[in-house]
Amino acid sequence: MTYEGRLAEIAESNADVVVMTAENRAAIRNLPTRLGSRFIDVGIAEQTLVGAAAGFALRGRVPVVHALATFLTMRAFEFIRTDVGVARLPVKLVGAFAGFLSEANGPTHQALEDLSLMRGIPGMNVCCPADEDEMTEALASIVENDAPWYIRYNAQKPAFRHQAAFVPGIAEVVTEGTDVALLTYGCLTRECYDAARRLADAGIATRLVNMRTLKPVDEAAILRAAHETSLIVTVEDHFAIGGLATIVAEVAAANAIGVRLHAIALPGRWFTPALLTDVLECEGFSGEQLARRVAAAFRSTSRITGGVHV
Amino acid sequence: MTADAQAALSSRAVRVRERIIRMAAGGGCFIGASLSCADLVVFLYASILNVAPRTRASKDRDYLFLSKGHDVPALYGTLAEFGFIDEKRLDHHLAPHDSIYWHPNRAVPGVEFHSGSLGHLPAVALGVAMDIQMSGGSNRVFVILGDGELNEGTVWEAALLAAARHLDNLVFVVDRNGFQANVRTEDLVPLEPIEAKFAAFGWATTRIDGHDFEAMERCFGCLPIERGKPSVIVADTVRGKGLPSIEHRADRWFVAFTNDELTALIDELHGGAETVLASHTRMVR
Repeated sequence: MTYEGRLAEIAESNADVVVMTAENRAAIRNLPTRLGSRFIDVGIAEQTLVGAAAGFALRGRVPVVHALATFLTMRAFEFIRTDVGVARLPVKLVGAFAGFLSEANGPTHQALEDLSLMRGIPGMNVCCPADEDEMTEALASIVENDAPWYIRYNAQKPAFRHQAAFVPGIAEVVTEGTDVALLTYGCLTRECYDAARRLADAGIATRLVNMRTLKPVDEAAILRAAHETSLIVTVEDHFAIGGLATIVAEVAAANAIGVRLHAIALPGRWFTPALLTDVLECEGFSGEQLARRVAAAFRSTSRITGGVHV
Repeated sequence: MTADAQAALSSRAVRVRERIIRMAAGGGCFIGASLSCADLVVFLYASILNVAPRTRASKDRDYLFLSKGHDVPALYGTLAEFGFIDEKRLDHHLAPHDSIYWHPNRAVPGVEFHSGSLGHLPAVALGVAMDIQMSGGSNRVFVILGDGELNEGTVWEAALLAAARHLDNLVFVVDRNGFQANVRTEDLVPLEPIEAKFAAFGWATTRIDGHDFEAMERCFGCLPIERGKPSVIVADTVRGKGLPSIEHRADRWFVAFTNDELTALIDELHGGAETVLASHTRMVR
Protein backbone atom coordinates (compact mmCIF):
# COMPACT_ATOMS: atom_id res chain seq x y z
CA MET A 1 0.00 0.00 0.00
CA THR A 2 1.18 3.54 -0.68
CA TYR A 3 1.80 6.08 2.05
CA GLU A 4 -1.04 8.18 0.70
CA GLY A 5 -3.48 5.27 0.71
CA ARG A 6 -2.56 4.32 4.25
CA LEU A 7 -2.83 7.90 5.49
CA ALA A 8 -6.27 8.22 3.90
CA GLU A 9 -7.40 5.01 5.63
CA ILE A 10 -6.12 6.23 8.99
CA ALA A 11 -7.81 9.63 8.54
CA GLU A 12 -11.04 8.00 7.43
CA SER A 13 -11.12 5.86 10.56
CA ASN A 14 -10.07 8.67 12.92
CA ALA A 15 -12.00 11.93 12.54
CA ASP A 16 -9.42 13.82 14.61
CA VAL A 17 -6.72 13.43 11.97
CA VAL A 18 -6.08 16.43 9.73
CA VAL A 19 -3.57 16.37 6.89
CA MET A 20 -1.64 19.58 6.39
CA THR A 21 0.94 20.79 3.91
CA ALA A 22 2.86 23.86 2.81
CA GLU A 23 1.92 23.26 -0.80
CA ASN A 24 3.97 20.07 -1.05
CA ARG A 25 1.42 17.71 -2.50
CA ALA A 26 3.55 15.13 -4.33
CA ALA A 27 2.94 12.42 -1.74
CA ILE A 28 -0.67 13.32 -0.93
CA ARG A 29 -2.13 14.41 -4.24
CA ASN A 30 -5.42 12.52 -3.87
CA LEU A 31 -6.16 13.47 -0.29
CA PRO A 32 -8.04 16.73 -0.97
CA THR A 33 -10.73 14.64 -2.64
CA ARG A 34 -10.77 11.93 0.00
CA LEU A 35 -10.56 14.14 3.10
CA GLY A 36 -12.32 17.33 2.08
CA SER A 37 -11.89 20.10 4.65
CA ARG A 38 -9.54 17.91 6.70
CA PHE A 39 -6.91 18.46 4.01
CA ILE A 40 -5.37 21.85 4.75
CA ASP A 41 -2.86 23.50 2.45
CA VAL A 42 -1.54 26.73 3.97
CA GLY A 43 0.54 27.72 0.97
CA ILE A 44 4.30 28.15 1.00
CA ALA A 45 4.58 29.13 4.66
CA GLU A 46 6.27 26.46 6.77
CA GLN A 47 6.30 28.46 10.01
CA THR A 48 2.58 29.13 9.76
CA LEU A 49 2.08 25.48 8.84
CA VAL A 50 3.68 24.30 12.07
CA GLY A 51 2.10 27.02 14.25
CA ALA A 52 -1.35 26.28 12.83
CA ALA A 53 -0.75 22.54 13.37
CA ALA A 54 -0.08 23.34 17.05
CA GLY A 55 -3.39 25.24 17.09
CA PHE A 56 -5.24 22.26 15.62
CA ALA A 57 -3.59 20.00 18.20
CA LEU A 58 -4.77 22.33 20.99
CA ARG A 59 -8.29 21.63 19.75
CA GLY A 60 -7.76 17.88 20.02
CA ARG A 61 -6.76 17.18 16.43
CA VAL A 62 -3.84 15.05 15.29
CA PRO A 63 -2.18 16.96 12.45
CA VAL A 64 -0.01 15.04 9.98
CA VAL A 65 2.11 17.77 8.47
CA HIS A 66 3.97 17.60 5.16
CA ALA A 67 6.73 19.80 3.81
CA LEU A 68 10.21 19.47 2.42
CA ALA A 69 12.51 18.25 5.19
CA THR A 70 14.88 21.22 5.02
CA PHE A 71 12.18 23.88 5.10
CA LEU A 72 10.10 22.04 7.69
CA THR A 73 12.87 21.31 10.17
CA MET A 74 15.04 24.35 9.57
CA ARG A 75 12.93 27.32 8.47
CA ALA A 76 10.22 26.33 10.93
CA PHE A 77 12.61 24.97 13.57
CA GLU A 78 11.71 27.42 16.29
CA PHE A 79 7.99 26.85 15.71
CA ILE A 80 8.55 23.11 16.07
CA ARG A 81 10.69 23.57 19.15
CA THR A 82 8.48 26.18 20.83
CA ASP A 83 4.89 25.53 19.75
CA VAL A 84 4.99 21.76 19.26
CA GLY A 85 7.95 20.79 21.44
CA VAL A 86 7.45 22.86 24.59
CA ALA A 87 3.76 21.90 24.67
CA ARG A 88 4.53 18.28 23.58
CA LEU A 89 1.59 18.40 21.20
CA PRO A 90 0.87 15.31 19.07
CA VAL A 91 1.88 16.90 15.77
CA LYS A 92 3.35 14.47 13.22
CA LEU A 93 5.93 16.16 11.00
CA VAL A 94 6.69 14.42 7.72
CA GLY A 95 9.81 15.72 5.98
CA ALA A 96 10.15 14.89 2.31
CA PHE A 97 13.34 14.55 0.25
CA ALA A 98 15.60 14.27 3.28
CA GLY A 99 19.23 13.19 2.99
CA PHE A 100 20.22 11.73 -0.37
CA LEU A 101 16.55 11.70 -1.48
CA SER A 102 16.84 15.36 -2.43
CA GLU A 103 18.87 14.03 -5.37
CA ALA A 104 19.71 16.84 -7.83
CA ASN A 105 18.15 19.75 -5.91
CA GLY A 106 21.40 21.04 -4.47
CA PRO A 107 22.42 22.29 -1.03
CA THR A 108 19.30 24.44 -0.44
CA HIS A 109 17.29 21.21 -0.31
CA GLN A 110 19.79 18.88 1.37
CA ALA A 111 18.50 18.00 4.84
CA LEU A 112 21.64 16.54 6.41
CA GLU A 113 21.16 17.96 9.90
CA ASP A 114 17.40 17.42 10.29
CA LEU A 115 17.79 14.40 12.57
CA SER A 116 20.28 16.17 14.79
CA LEU A 117 17.90 19.13 15.11
CA MET A 118 14.76 17.08 15.71
CA ARG A 119 16.21 14.65 18.20
CA GLY A 120 17.55 17.58 20.21
CA ILE A 121 14.02 18.72 21.02
CA PRO A 122 12.76 17.32 24.35
CA GLY A 123 9.81 14.99 23.81
CA MET A 124 10.24 14.81 20.03
CA ASN A 125 10.48 11.34 18.48
CA VAL A 126 12.27 10.52 15.24
CA CYS A 127 11.42 7.79 12.74
CA CYS A 128 13.46 7.01 9.62
CA PRO A 129 11.65 4.28 7.72
CA ALA A 130 13.72 2.05 5.45
CA ASP A 131 11.12 2.05 2.69
CA GLU A 132 7.47 2.53 1.88
CA ASP A 133 6.38 -0.72 3.57
CA GLU A 134 7.97 0.29 6.81
CA MET A 135 6.69 3.85 6.57
CA THR A 136 3.09 2.79 5.98
CA GLU A 137 3.31 0.25 8.78
CA ALA A 138 4.79 2.79 11.19
CA LEU A 139 2.26 5.47 10.33
CA ALA A 140 -0.70 4.07 12.29
CA SER A 141 1.29 3.60 15.48
CA ILE A 142 2.84 7.07 15.15
CA VAL A 143 -0.55 8.71 14.63
CA GLU A 144 -1.95 6.87 17.66
CA ASN A 145 1.04 7.85 19.81
CA ASP A 146 0.31 11.01 21.79
CA ALA A 147 3.80 12.52 21.37
CA PRO A 148 5.23 14.71 18.59
CA TRP A 149 7.08 12.85 15.84
CA TYR A 150 9.37 13.66 12.96
CA ILE A 151 9.32 11.18 10.09
CA ARG A 152 11.82 11.16 7.24
CA TYR A 153 9.50 10.40 4.36
CA ASN A 154 10.84 7.51 2.26
CA ALA A 155 8.63 5.90 -0.38
CA GLN A 156 11.34 3.67 -1.89
CA LYS A 157 10.34 0.14 -2.77
CA PRO A 158 11.59 -2.34 -0.18
CA ALA A 159 14.78 -4.34 -0.81
CA PHE A 160 13.56 -7.11 1.49
CA ARG A 161 10.51 -8.13 3.49
CA HIS A 162 10.32 -6.83 7.02
CA GLN A 163 9.69 -9.65 9.48
CA ALA A 164 9.19 -7.85 12.79
CA ALA A 165 6.29 -5.48 13.42
CA PHE A 166 7.13 -1.79 13.86
CA VAL A 167 7.58 -0.82 17.49
CA PRO A 168 9.06 2.60 18.37
CA GLY A 169 12.49 2.14 19.91
CA ILE A 170 12.96 -1.41 18.61
CA ALA A 171 15.43 -1.93 15.79
CA GLU A 172 15.06 -4.62 13.15
CA VAL A 173 17.92 -7.08 12.88
CA VAL A 174 17.88 -7.96 9.19
CA THR A 175 20.85 -10.31 9.03
CA GLU A 176 22.87 -11.91 11.83
CA GLY A 177 26.64 -11.83 12.15
CA THR A 178 29.43 -11.34 14.68
CA ASP A 179 32.22 -9.74 12.67
CA VAL A 180 30.67 -6.40 11.80
CA ALA A 181 27.45 -4.70 12.88
CA LEU A 182 26.15 -2.40 10.18
CA LEU A 183 23.77 0.12 11.76
CA THR A 184 21.70 2.24 9.41
CA TYR A 185 18.29 3.80 8.73
CA GLY A 186 16.20 5.22 5.95
CA CYS A 187 17.01 5.02 2.26
CA LEU A 188 20.50 3.59 2.83
CA THR A 189 19.06 0.43 4.36
CA ARG A 190 18.71 -0.90 0.81
CA GLU A 191 22.39 -0.24 0.01
CA CYS A 192 23.47 -1.69 3.34
CA TYR A 193 21.42 -4.81 2.63
CA ASP A 194 23.34 -5.22 -0.61
CA ALA A 195 26.64 -4.50 1.17
CA ALA A 196 25.88 -7.03 3.93
CA ARG A 197 25.38 -9.79 1.36
CA ARG A 198 28.61 -8.90 -0.40
CA LEU A 199 30.46 -8.87 2.93
CA ALA A 200 29.02 -12.25 3.90
CA ASP A 201 30.11 -13.66 0.54
CA ALA A 202 33.59 -12.37 1.33
CA GLY A 203 33.59 -14.12 4.67
CA ILE A 204 32.76 -11.17 6.90
CA ALA A 205 29.72 -12.14 8.95
CA THR A 206 27.65 -8.97 9.00
CA ARG A 207 24.79 -8.07 11.29
CA LEU A 208 22.58 -5.56 9.52
CA VAL A 209 20.53 -3.48 11.93
CA ASN A 210 17.80 -1.23 10.59
CA MET A 211 17.34 1.27 13.41
CA ARG A 212 13.80 2.37 12.37
CA THR A 213 13.57 5.05 15.07
CA LEU A 214 16.51 7.18 16.20
CA LYS A 215 14.47 8.52 19.11
CA PRO A 216 13.57 6.55 21.05
CA VAL A 217 16.66 4.57 20.07
CA ASP A 218 17.13 0.85 20.61
CA GLU A 219 19.92 1.10 23.12
CA ALA A 220 19.90 -2.65 23.75
CA ALA A 221 20.49 -3.36 20.05
CA ILE A 222 23.47 -1.00 20.08
CA LEU A 223 24.91 -2.59 23.23
CA ARG A 224 24.44 -6.08 21.80
CA ALA A 225 26.23 -5.00 18.64
CA ALA A 226 29.04 -3.60 20.77
CA HIS A 227 29.40 -6.78 22.80
CA GLU A 228 28.81 -9.39 20.14
CA THR A 229 30.65 -8.00 17.09
CA SER A 230 34.18 -6.73 16.45
CA LEU A 231 33.22 -3.47 14.81
CA ILE A 232 30.19 -1.19 14.58
CA VAL A 233 29.82 0.70 11.32
CA THR A 234 27.14 3.38 11.13
CA VAL A 235 25.94 4.32 7.66
CA GLU A 236 23.79 7.42 7.23
CA ASP A 237 22.87 10.18 4.79
CA HIS A 238 23.33 12.84 7.45
CA PHE A 239 26.20 14.96 8.66
CA ALA A 240 28.62 13.07 10.88
CA ILE A 241 27.61 15.38 13.73
CA GLY A 242 24.44 14.61 15.63
CA GLY A 243 23.16 11.54 13.78
CA LEU A 244 23.48 7.80 14.35
CA ALA A 245 27.27 7.78 14.87
CA THR A 246 26.81 10.35 17.63
CA ILE A 247 23.97 8.32 19.12
CA VAL A 248 26.15 5.18 19.27
CA ALA A 249 28.90 7.19 20.97
CA GLU A 250 26.39 8.62 23.45
CA VAL A 251 25.04 5.15 24.28
CA ALA A 252 28.58 3.79 24.72
CA ALA A 253 29.56 6.66 26.97
CA ALA A 254 26.36 6.41 29.03
CA ASN A 255 27.03 2.71 29.57
CA ALA A 256 30.75 3.17 30.18
CA ILE A 257 31.83 0.75 27.48
CA GLY A 258 34.41 1.07 24.73
CA VAL A 259 33.16 0.60 21.19
CA ARG A 260 35.04 0.22 17.93
CA LEU A 261 33.04 2.57 15.77
CA HIS A 262 33.55 3.45 12.13
CA ALA A 263 31.21 6.23 11.01
CA ILE A 264 30.20 6.48 7.37
CA ALA A 265 28.33 9.76 7.01
CA LEU A 266 28.52 13.04 5.15
CA PRO A 267 31.60 14.95 6.20
CA GLY A 268 31.13 18.67 6.70
CA ARG A 269 30.13 19.46 3.14
CA TRP A 270 27.12 19.17 0.84
CA PHE A 271 26.86 16.17 -1.45
CA THR A 272 27.13 16.32 -5.22
CA PRO A 273 23.65 17.01 -6.65
CA ALA A 274 22.60 14.27 -9.10
CA LEU A 275 20.05 11.50 -9.51
CA LEU A 276 20.03 9.10 -6.57
CA THR A 277 22.04 6.28 -8.17
CA ASP A 278 24.72 8.75 -9.21
CA VAL A 279 24.73 10.46 -5.81
CA LEU A 280 25.30 7.11 -4.12
CA GLU A 281 28.11 6.33 -6.55
CA CYS A 282 29.73 9.78 -6.26
CA GLU A 283 29.65 9.79 -2.49
CA GLY A 284 30.71 6.17 -2.01
CA PHE A 285 27.37 4.91 -0.66
CA SER A 286 26.43 2.28 -3.26
CA GLY A 287 26.15 -1.26 -1.89
CA GLU A 288 29.37 -2.27 -3.57
CA GLN A 289 31.30 0.76 -2.33
CA LEU A 290 29.92 0.40 1.16
CA ALA A 291 31.01 -3.25 1.21
CA ARG A 292 34.55 -2.20 0.27
CA ARG A 293 34.63 0.59 2.87
CA VAL A 294 33.30 -1.67 5.60
CA ALA A 295 35.70 -4.48 4.70
CA ALA A 296 38.64 -2.07 4.83
CA ALA A 297 37.54 -0.78 8.23
CA PHE A 298 37.07 -4.34 9.46
CA ARG A 299 40.50 -5.38 8.22
CA SER A 300 42.25 -2.52 9.96
CA THR A 301 40.31 -3.31 13.13
CA SER A 302 40.93 -7.03 13.21
CA ARG A 303 44.31 -6.88 11.51
CA ILE A 304 43.19 -9.51 9.05
CA THR A 305 45.52 -9.14 6.15
CA GLY A 306 44.33 -11.80 3.80
CA GLY A 307 41.41 -13.99 2.92
CA VAL A 308 38.89 -11.19 2.53
CA HIS A 309 38.20 -10.09 -1.02
CA VAL A 310 35.21 -7.92 -1.70
CA MET B 1 -22.57 51.99 28.19
CA THR B 2 -24.05 53.05 31.54
CA ALA B 3 -22.02 55.12 33.96
CA ASP B 4 -22.24 52.25 36.44
CA ALA B 5 -20.86 49.75 33.95
CA GLN B 6 -18.06 52.10 33.08
CA ALA B 7 -17.23 52.70 36.75
CA ALA B 8 -17.20 48.94 37.39
CA LEU B 9 -14.77 48.38 34.50
CA SER B 10 -12.58 51.23 35.68
CA SER B 11 -12.31 49.89 39.19
CA ARG B 12 -11.52 46.41 37.86
CA ALA B 13 -8.80 47.95 35.70
CA VAL B 14 -7.33 49.84 38.65
CA ARG B 15 -7.19 46.61 40.66
CA VAL B 16 -5.49 44.82 37.78
CA ARG B 17 -2.97 47.66 37.42
CA GLU B 18 -2.23 47.50 41.12
CA ARG B 19 -1.48 43.77 40.75
CA ILE B 20 0.78 44.52 37.79
CA ILE B 21 2.70 47.12 39.77
CA ARG B 22 3.16 44.67 42.66
CA MET B 23 4.56 42.11 40.20
CA ALA B 24 7.06 44.74 39.08
CA ALA B 25 8.57 44.88 42.57
CA GLY B 26 11.23 42.33 43.47
CA GLY B 27 12.40 40.68 40.28
CA GLY B 28 10.32 43.00 38.14
CA CYS B 29 8.25 42.54 35.00
CA PHE B 30 7.59 44.10 31.62
CA ILE B 31 5.47 46.80 33.14
CA GLY B 32 5.15 49.23 30.23
CA ALA B 33 3.50 46.76 27.86
CA SER B 34 1.39 45.23 30.62
CA LEU B 35 -0.10 48.56 31.61
CA SER B 36 -0.79 49.55 28.00
CA CYS B 37 -3.05 46.55 27.31
CA ALA B 38 -4.57 46.18 30.79
CA ASP B 39 -7.82 47.99 29.89
CA LEU B 40 -8.24 45.82 26.79
CA VAL B 41 -7.68 42.56 28.66
CA VAL B 42 -10.03 43.58 31.48
CA PHE B 43 -12.72 44.66 29.00
CA LEU B 44 -12.46 41.45 26.97
CA TYR B 45 -12.92 39.23 30.02
CA ALA B 46 -15.66 41.42 31.49
CA SER B 47 -17.76 41.98 28.39
CA ILE B 48 -16.76 39.92 25.37
CA LEU B 49 -15.12 36.57 26.00
CA ASN B 50 -17.42 33.63 26.49
CA VAL B 51 -15.15 31.92 28.99
CA ALA B 52 -15.24 31.50 32.76
CA PRO B 53 -13.28 29.45 35.28
CA ARG B 54 -15.77 26.60 34.90
CA THR B 55 -15.76 26.65 31.09
CA ARG B 56 -12.08 27.32 30.54
CA ALA B 57 -11.56 23.88 28.98
CA SER B 58 -14.80 23.84 26.99
CA LYS B 59 -14.46 23.44 23.24
CA ASP B 60 -17.08 26.15 22.82
CA ARG B 61 -15.21 28.83 24.75
CA ASP B 62 -13.80 31.98 23.22
CA TYR B 63 -10.02 32.04 23.13
CA LEU B 64 -7.70 34.90 24.03
CA PHE B 65 -4.05 34.48 23.07
CA LEU B 66 -1.39 36.89 24.23
CA SER B 67 1.02 36.86 21.35
CA LYS B 68 3.58 39.28 22.66
CA GLY B 69 3.58 37.33 25.91
CA HIS B 70 5.61 39.74 28.00
CA ASP B 71 2.34 41.58 28.77
CA VAL B 72 1.23 38.56 30.80
CA PRO B 73 1.05 40.42 34.16
CA ALA B 74 -2.07 42.11 32.70
CA LEU B 75 -3.53 38.66 32.12
CA TYR B 76 -2.51 37.29 35.54
CA GLY B 77 -4.09 40.32 37.18
CA THR B 78 -7.27 39.83 35.14
CA LEU B 79 -7.42 36.07 35.74
CA ALA B 80 -7.28 36.83 39.46
CA GLU B 81 -10.00 39.46 38.98
CA PHE B 82 -12.37 36.96 37.36
CA GLY B 83 -11.62 33.99 39.62
CA PHE B 84 -9.54 31.83 37.28
CA ILE B 85 -6.71 31.90 39.80
CA ASP B 86 -6.48 32.80 43.45
CA GLU B 87 -5.30 36.35 44.01
CA LYS B 88 -2.74 35.03 46.52
CA ARG B 89 -1.08 33.07 43.75
CA LEU B 90 0.23 36.34 42.32
CA ASP B 91 2.54 36.50 45.34
CA HIS B 92 4.33 33.57 43.68
CA HIS B 93 5.38 35.76 40.76
CA LEU B 94 8.86 34.51 39.75
CA ALA B 95 8.87 31.87 42.51
CA PRO B 96 10.49 28.68 41.23
CA HIS B 97 7.72 26.49 42.67
CA ASP B 98 4.97 28.14 40.58
CA SER B 99 4.48 28.82 36.87
CA ILE B 100 3.95 32.57 37.06
CA TYR B 101 6.94 34.20 35.44
CA TRP B 102 7.82 36.77 32.78
CA HIS B 103 6.05 34.94 29.94
CA PRO B 104 2.84 32.89 29.86
CA ASN B 105 2.67 29.21 30.75
CA ARG B 106 -0.55 27.34 30.13
CA ALA B 107 -0.12 25.51 33.41
CA VAL B 108 -1.78 28.64 34.86
CA PRO B 109 -5.59 28.26 34.57
CA GLY B 110 -6.94 30.59 31.91
CA VAL B 111 -3.65 30.92 30.02
CA GLU B 112 -4.34 29.39 26.60
CA PHE B 113 -0.77 28.94 25.38
CA HIS B 114 2.80 29.90 26.09
CA SER B 115 4.31 32.78 24.16
CA GLY B 116 7.14 35.23 24.25
CA SER B 117 8.80 34.42 20.95
CA LEU B 118 7.11 37.06 18.82
CA GLY B 119 5.10 36.17 15.75
CA HIS B 120 4.09 32.66 16.86
CA LEU B 121 0.55 32.96 18.13
CA PRO B 122 -0.97 34.44 14.96
CA ALA B 123 -0.22 31.01 13.42
CA VAL B 124 -1.36 29.01 16.46
CA ALA B 125 -4.58 31.06 16.73
CA LEU B 126 -5.12 30.54 13.02
CA GLY B 127 -5.07 26.77 13.55
CA VAL B 128 -7.59 27.10 16.38
CA ALA B 129 -9.81 29.39 14.29
CA MET B 130 -9.66 27.04 11.28
CA ASP B 131 -10.62 24.12 13.47
CA ILE B 132 -13.59 26.04 14.90
CA GLN B 133 -14.64 26.97 11.37
CA MET B 134 -14.34 23.32 10.23
CA SER B 135 -16.31 22.10 13.24
CA GLY B 136 -19.07 24.65 12.66
CA GLY B 137 -18.50 26.32 16.02
CA SER B 138 -19.51 29.90 16.75
CA ASN B 139 -16.77 30.68 19.24
CA ARG B 140 -14.17 33.32 18.49
CA VAL B 141 -10.40 33.64 18.74
CA PHE B 142 -8.78 36.87 19.91
CA VAL B 143 -5.05 37.57 19.69
CA ILE B 144 -3.38 40.52 21.39
CA LEU B 145 -0.26 41.50 19.46
CA GLY B 146 2.36 44.08 20.25
CA ASP B 147 2.85 46.76 17.64
CA GLY B 148 6.58 46.04 17.52
CA GLU B 149 5.65 42.41 16.93
CA LEU B 150 4.35 43.44 13.51
CA ASN B 151 8.04 43.44 12.45
CA GLU B 152 7.86 39.64 12.41
CA GLY B 153 7.12 38.20 8.97
CA THR B 154 5.06 35.34 10.36
CA VAL B 155 2.37 37.82 11.47
CA TRP B 156 1.85 38.59 7.80
CA GLU B 157 2.00 34.93 6.70
CA ALA B 158 -0.83 34.22 9.10
CA ALA B 159 -2.68 37.36 7.96
CA LEU B 160 -2.57 36.20 4.33
CA LEU B 161 -3.91 32.77 5.19
CA ALA B 162 -6.62 34.03 7.58
CA ALA B 163 -8.06 36.18 4.79
CA ALA B 164 -7.77 33.34 2.28
CA ARG B 165 -9.76 31.14 4.66
CA HIS B 166 -12.38 33.85 5.39
CA LEU B 167 -11.82 33.43 9.12
CA ASP B 168 -14.26 35.99 10.47
CA ASN B 169 -14.04 34.25 13.86
CA LEU B 170 -10.47 35.54 14.21
CA VAL B 171 -9.72 38.95 15.73
CA PHE B 172 -6.29 40.52 16.08
CA VAL B 173 -5.98 43.34 18.61
CA VAL B 174 -2.84 45.39 18.10
CA ASP B 175 -1.72 47.06 21.33
CA ARG B 176 -0.49 50.20 19.60
CA ASN B 177 1.57 51.71 22.40
CA GLY B 178 4.12 53.11 19.97
CA PHE B 179 7.15 51.34 21.38
CA GLN B 180 9.11 48.21 20.84
CA ALA B 181 11.59 47.07 23.44
CA ASN B 182 14.01 49.96 23.31
CA VAL B 183 12.79 52.54 20.81
CA ARG B 184 9.67 54.06 19.28
CA THR B 185 8.35 51.89 16.45
CA GLU B 186 8.16 54.78 14.02
CA ASP B 187 11.82 55.66 14.62
CA LEU B 188 13.01 52.15 13.74
CA VAL B 189 10.78 50.39 11.22
CA PRO B 190 7.71 52.59 10.66
CA LEU B 191 4.47 50.59 10.84
CA GLU B 192 1.89 53.14 9.77
CA PRO B 193 -0.52 52.99 8.13
CA ILE B 194 -1.26 49.75 10.01
CA GLU B 195 -4.93 49.52 9.06
CA ALA B 196 -4.17 49.98 5.37
CA LYS B 197 -1.58 47.20 5.52
CA PHE B 198 -4.08 44.75 7.01
CA ALA B 199 -6.80 45.94 4.64
CA ALA B 200 -4.49 45.20 1.72
CA PHE B 201 -4.12 41.67 3.13
CA GLY B 202 -7.90 41.22 3.06
CA TRP B 203 -8.77 42.10 6.66
CA ALA B 204 -11.57 44.30 7.97
CA THR B 205 -10.04 46.98 10.15
CA THR B 206 -10.91 49.57 12.73
CA ARG B 207 -9.04 51.79 15.13
CA ILE B 208 -10.00 52.74 18.67
CA ASP B 209 -8.67 54.37 21.80
CA GLY B 210 -7.47 51.34 23.77
CA HIS B 211 -8.28 52.98 27.09
CA ASP B 212 -11.86 54.01 26.25
CA PHE B 213 -14.33 51.34 27.40
CA GLU B 214 -17.23 52.87 25.46
CA ALA B 215 -15.22 52.78 22.25
CA MET B 216 -14.30 49.17 23.01
CA GLU B 217 -17.93 48.25 23.52
CA ARG B 218 -18.97 49.81 20.23
CA CYS B 219 -16.18 48.03 18.40
CA PHE B 220 -15.98 44.59 20.06
CA GLY B 221 -19.77 44.45 20.39
CA CYS B 222 -20.22 44.29 16.60
CA LEU B 223 -17.75 41.66 15.45
CA PRO B 224 -16.90 40.59 12.86
CA ILE B 225 -16.38 44.01 11.38
CA GLU B 226 -17.22 42.45 8.04
CA ARG B 227 -18.73 39.03 7.41
CA GLY B 228 -16.25 36.67 5.74
CA LYS B 229 -13.17 38.62 6.78
CA PRO B 230 -10.89 38.42 9.79
CA SER B 231 -10.93 41.58 11.93
CA VAL B 232 -8.06 43.68 13.18
CA ILE B 233 -8.58 46.29 15.86
CA VAL B 234 -5.72 48.73 16.20
CA ALA B 235 -5.98 50.00 19.76
CA ASP B 236 -4.05 53.19 20.42
CA THR B 237 -2.64 52.88 23.91
CA VAL B 238 -0.12 54.48 26.22
CA ARG B 239 2.87 52.51 27.34
CA GLY B 240 2.85 52.50 31.13
CA LYS B 241 -0.76 53.77 31.22
CA GLY B 242 -1.90 54.72 34.70
CA LEU B 243 1.49 55.76 36.05
CA PRO B 244 2.55 59.18 34.74
CA SER B 245 6.09 58.53 35.97
CA ILE B 246 6.35 55.63 33.52
CA GLU B 247 4.06 56.64 30.65
CA HIS B 248 5.65 56.98 27.23
CA ARG B 249 9.12 56.24 28.58
CA ALA B 250 11.43 54.10 26.49
CA ASP B 251 13.60 53.38 29.52
CA ARG B 252 10.73 52.04 31.64
CA TRP B 253 9.95 48.93 29.62
CA PHE B 254 11.10 46.39 32.11
CA VAL B 255 11.46 47.66 35.66
CA ALA B 256 12.13 46.09 39.05
CA PHE B 257 10.96 48.47 41.77
CA THR B 258 12.19 48.85 45.30
CA ASN B 259 9.62 48.53 48.09
CA ASP B 260 9.62 52.31 48.68
CA GLU B 261 8.95 52.91 45.01
CA LEU B 262 6.18 50.33 45.08
CA THR B 263 4.35 52.20 47.84
CA ALA B 264 4.76 55.50 46.01
CA LEU B 265 3.61 54.01 42.68
CA ILE B 266 0.46 52.49 44.19
CA ASP B 267 -0.28 55.94 45.59
CA GLU B 268 0.43 57.45 42.17
CA LEU B 269 -1.97 54.98 40.54
CA HIS B 270 -4.72 56.16 42.87
CA GLY B 271 -4.10 59.82 41.99
CA GLY B 272 -1.17 60.68 44.21
CA ALA B 273 1.94 62.59 43.20
CA GLU B 274 4.30 61.38 40.51
CA THR B 275 6.92 59.00 41.86
CA VAL B 276 10.59 59.87 41.63
CA LEU B 277 12.05 56.64 40.33
CA ALA B 278 15.63 55.59 40.81
CA SER B 279 15.00 52.17 39.19
CA HIS B 280 15.52 52.04 35.49
CA THR B 281 14.87 49.41 32.94
CA ARG B 282 16.79 46.20 33.36
CA MET B 283 18.48 45.27 30.15
CA VAL B 284 16.63 42.08 29.45
CA ARG B 285 16.54 42.74 25.75
